[in-house]
Amino acid sequence: MTRYRAFSILTLTIGFLLAYFVWSTETDPLSAYRFKLGLDLAGGTELVYRADMSQTPMSERADALSALQGVILRRVNLFGVAEPIVQTEQASTISGISEDRLIVDLPGVTDINAAVASLGKTPTLEFRLATTTLVGTTTQAVYISTGLSGRYLASAVLQFGSGATAGLAAPQVLLNFNEEGAKLFEKITSENIGQPLAIFLDGQPISMPVIQQAIPGGQATITGRFTATEARDLVRNLNFGALPVPIVLESSSAVGPTLGAVAIKDGIVSGVIGFAIVAFFMFVWYRLSGLVAIVALAEYIVFMLSVMKVVPITLTASGIAGLIISIGMAVDANVLIFERTKEELRNGKTPREAVHIGFARAWTAIRDGHLTMLISGVILFWLGTSIVQGFALVFVLGVLASFISAVSLSRVFLLAIVPEEKSARWKFLLGSGFTNL
Amino acid sequence: MTITTHRTVFFWIVGLITATAISAIVVYGLPLGIDFTGGSMMQVNYPNGRPALSVVKDNMSVVSLGEVSVREIGATAVSIRTRTQTPEEHNAILLALSQSASMTELAYTSVGPALGAQFTNKALWAILAVALAIILYIAFAFRKVPRPVPGWGYGLVVIAILIHDLIIPAGFFAVLTHFTSAEVDALFVTALLALLGYSVNDTIVIFDRVREHLAFNDRTNNKESFELTVGKSISETLTRSINTSLTVVLALTALVFFGAQATRDFSLVMLVGVIAGTYSSILLAAPLLIPCARWFSKK
Repeated sequence: MTRYRAFSILTLTIGFLLAYFVWSTETDPLSAYRFKLGLDLAGGTELVYRADMSQTPMSERADALSALQGVILRRVNLFGVAEPIVQTEQASTISGISEDRLIVDLPGVTDINAAVASLGKTPTLEFRLATTTLVGTTTQAVYISTGLSGRYLASAVLQFGSGATAGLAAPQVLLNFNEEGAKLFEKITSENIGQPLAIFLDGQPISMPVIQQAIPGGQATITGRFTATEARDLVRNLNFGALPVPIVLESSSAVGPTLGAVAIKDGIVSGVIGFAIVAFFMFVWYRLSGLVAIVALAEYIVFMLSVMKVVPITLTASGIAGLIISIGMAVDANVLIFERTKEELRNGKTPREAVHIGFARAWTAIRDGHLTMLISGVILFWLGTSIVQGFALVFVLGVLASFISAVSLSRVFLLAIVPEEKSARWKFLLGSGFTNL
Repeated sequence: MTITTHRTVFFWIVGLITATAISAIVVYGLPLGIDFTGGSMMQVNYPNGRPALSVVKDNMSVVSLGEVSVREIGATAVSIRTRTQTPEEHNAILLALSQSASMTELAYTSVGPALGAQFTNKALWAILAVALAIILYIAFAFRKVPRPVPGWGYGLVVIAILIHDLIIPAGFFAVLTHFTSAEVDALFVTALLALLGYSVNDTIVIFDRVREHLAFNDRTNNKESFELTVGKSISETLTRSINTSLTVVLALTALVFFGAQATRDFSLVMLVGVIAGTYSSILLAAPLLIPCARWFSKK
């Protein structure tokens, strides 16, 4: 009994510390552990792009996708968004067609068109070898990908070269490749002397110089038919990163800040009311056991909230719903145990024995029930849209925490207070419903 | 033992409810939202009063969008569903809408058709995978259970229960879509999947009791009819089944009345599903074991 009491005091202290942690971090506006609110609560924009990998060899796709992620992230940071998230997703449908996606979350941005326009300015830069083939009677230009693309670009500089037109210096764009790009460029130029190398910007060939000799050092010049302004814009956009592959906007969604604020308020109100109703029912019906369950449940909730803050798990409207439902489900295990304990009391066991046996007997049902819920939670997470994942993550976490709270917390608390001897008072306290037992 | 002796009556009642739900699905249908079909959905608020829906539709005609559906939400807002809009089209529409009354856009979602098709595919697979995983787990957990019903027999009964537990909330949702602007979306699929996991939990508790009684009878060489064992198991777990569902129902009711608008339909479907899952495990799951046992012992 002393052991159980000591352990109870320990867990209660931890519970209070966690509660203080949740409260203090939430009231401090500068804390790093404030709840991360999802776009549906904080307001913001989510853009889903599909990367067009049709020109990219299979083996390079994963690489290209992560390069793409880096470029877009730099772009997004330019947009001045606090805590943007750029995720990649390689989805393969059952039919075997794989799709590479880029998910861009912009909290606080509600002007979807400005966001799309800004990201859309990111240029796609590619170098392709131009050859001609005979199709029927006409020759057609065919461009072969060289693998050299915007991801190998280190910087771009605006230059005014000696143009053909007398007196006027033509604007040029000088490209500096990174080390890897420089090697690739040297290799391409040395192997294809005499061939035209086409420079593609956003899918259009803008310049097609013929390779005179191998070019070491990793520098290339684009002399398109630029105006000075065009060239300056291009340099700026290239310096913020050029896309290795083209991207297509596939889906977008934006939530205004008003809708989000209402959702937060509703979430808190329904959470508090939900907990209060469940707690009231548990206390009235299960008396002392109910009270113990409420304490265990409160610990369960502060634990869940702390985990969500520390990991951190982004809170969404569906996540809040998941949390509230999991409160209801966490009670389930407790009820199972209490009903079992009551049966043992009815069979004439002493209170402590009854609690011990009650927990042991309820175990298989709790295990099987929680495992099946866990299975559906994990599959839900796999299903993947952000709104579903928000629910699934909290649901899975809730099932795990409920498991722990029921089989350890409630048991320890009960064993810390329930005496050995039989008495009418304890029979009442551990009883339930309208009658005694 | 009322439930086991009068099980045919309860089978009929449950059958009738299921038939009602199926006819609701057939009559009203389950209109798919943009998560599945692709398309754009706008929520627009008119703080100084909402113009007539025909005016809103008229405004929309600046862009040729084909079919446009406009519905009222709340006191001053509307939701507008169209095919997938390009950013330029969306801009033009916003401009046109602001011409008739002052408005703000609350939310905008646009899903490309390819993404929608992929989600449909994924949702169907997920439901199948959850169902299969649960049945396999039950068959495994009950593999050592003493006769008359083998472990996979319990799995078979669970299939029947799962089908019932999906049809009832789906039927309810069909009615809901007819009278409100609700559409089948990602959250509806989430609700169904969460329900699969939850309602089986209820069934497991009763099955677990049957398993325990059978093992006890086996050990003590107690000859007891299977029907009696099942009846005992149901009445012993009855309070627990009702009480745990009650707590979930209470939490869900709080969500329906006080929760966010975005999760209201979701909570309603869950609420109906939890109630259906509870009575199905009491009135259907365990009593179904009895004809099941007869069938297995005949073989």
